Parts: sequence; C-alpha cells; structure tokens
Amino acid sequence: MSFGAISTAAGLSLLQTCALSVLMFTGASQFALVGVVGAGGSVWAGAATAALLGSRNALYGVRLSSILDRSGLRRLLAAHFVIDETTAMAIAREAPAESRFAFWATGVALFVFWNLGTLAGALATHFVPDPKVFGLDAAPPAAFLALLAPRLRAREPMAIAFAAGVVALVCLPFVPAGVPLLIVAVLVAVFGVLRSGR
Amino acid sequence: MMWAGVLVACAACYALKLAGLSLPARLLEDARVQRTIPLVPVALLAALIATNTFSTGHHLVLDVRAAAIGVAVVAVLLRAPFLVVVVSAAATAALLRLL
Repeated sequence: MSFGAISTAAGLSLLQTCALSVLMFTGASQFALVGVVGAGGSVWAGAATAALLGSRNALYGVRLSSILDRSGLRRLLAAHFVIDETTAMAIAREAPAESRFAFWATGVALFVFWNLGTLAGALATHFVPDPKVFGLDAAPPAAFLALLAPRLRAREPMAIAFAAGVVALVCLPFVPAGVPLLIVAVLVAVFGVLRSGR
Repeated sequence: MMWAGVLVACAACYALKLAGLSLPARLLEDARVQRTIPLVPVALLAALIATNTFSTGHHLVLDVRAAAIGVAVVAVLLRAPFLVVVVSAAATAALLRLL
C-alpha cells in the first residue's frame, strides 16, 4: 500500500506505479526509483539507483540456483521471484523439496498481495491534490529506514550508512538530483573491493 | 520519458535476478563481489534517507520531515511493522504542518 501511495505522490501515473510492482517486483528498488523522481531527480538517475539496489538479488540467485531448476521456462519465471523474502524463506529449509515449495509459495503470495496493495495505495492517493497535506513527503525516508534497519546489525554497516548519508548531503547542492546516490554507490563499491582485497 | 526509464529499470532488475540464477557461480562467488554487493543497499538506502529528509531540490533544509524520521526511528526500534513505520512518519509530518 505504502509503495502505491508514495509512487503516485511522486508523480508517477497509476499505470506506471502498477507496472513497477508487476514488472520490477523488488521493493527497495521500486521505492528508490520513485524516491529519486519524487525528490526532483531524473527518472534515469532513479533507474540507475534501482538497478544498483537490485544487484543483491543476483547474489540471492547464486544461493538459490542449486535449489531451483537450472533451465527452461520455469527458471525464467522463478527469476522474477528472487527477492529478499523468498530467499530467506527458501534457505531456511533443509530439504530441497521444502525449499522449493517455500520459494514458490512465498513468491506467489507476496506477488499477489504486493500488487493488490500497490493498486489500493495508488488509488487512494491518486485523487489527493497535495500529498504534503497527508505528510506523504515524509513517507519515502521512513520506508527507506524500515528497509535499511534489518541490515544494520553490526558496527561496520552502521558506519557505512552514516558516512553515506553525510556524503550524499555534502554532494547534493552541487550535482543534479539523484547523482549523489550514484556517487555514494561508486564510493562504497571502491571501499568494498579495497577492503576485501586486503 | 518516464515510461522509458521505468521499463529500462524493470528490465535491469530482472536481468540481475536472472543473472544470479544463470551465470556460472564462480563469477559471483568471488570474495570481492560477495563482500561488496551487500554494502551497496546499506549505503544507498542511507543516502536516500538523508537526501529525502534533509533537502528540497538543491537546498539542505530542516523541516517537519526531520521530526517525522525521528518518529520512524523510534517505530523501527520498537520493531513496528513496515506500514506502521511509514504511516507514523507521514502522520507526524501532517500533524506538525497543521499546528
């Protein structure tokens, strides 16, 4: 629901909002795209941020490839469901058959509810003249925070999060909207590679 | 323009999901890749929080959104569900604007 509301408040049409939930179907990336657009950034900066956030799904795929079919149409469909929640549910099971079932059951259920929720949220705010009245401009950062919190269980990610926030704000006045995010992405990638090279 | 960006982003996200399932595992099991990629969402989400809370256009601003994110932090610490975190932040901003 919150995605649909935030997306239409950011200026995307009802159809674009629903297309994101049907075709992208990975929450953090969707929120990022509409967050960048809502803050005045170009849709391309938003698309780049969404793709960068989607990179973690590739790692999930590696862990799931031994559980799921390696070929055929089923794999093409399975790929669409490779997200945080399905991965967590699938790797929590021991037996491959149970893992497979958990993956598909979670994927289908989430897909249905995520899309119904998106439509409901989008319809609800579609006719709101000024989203600020309902505090909808404060909703995206809260959504990002809720997505970030589970990833902050150690000191290093906390330090990275803090540094990333500061760097983004320092860059912000001098570059086009959305670009601070790409700068942060490059910096953290360089940091990650240098650190693991040691 | 908006549609093009939306569809390209959807295609890119799908390609990344499919790549994980399809590429030879050794490509993505490289230690640098394994240890770097999990850091990307942490940094990007934090940057998104900062920019969406403390700026309007190209200006740094401090407004009711700062109080709203404060309420969201409390909600997260109390392990509130996703929707509750988002709604409590939006409600805080809406109420403070009414005052």
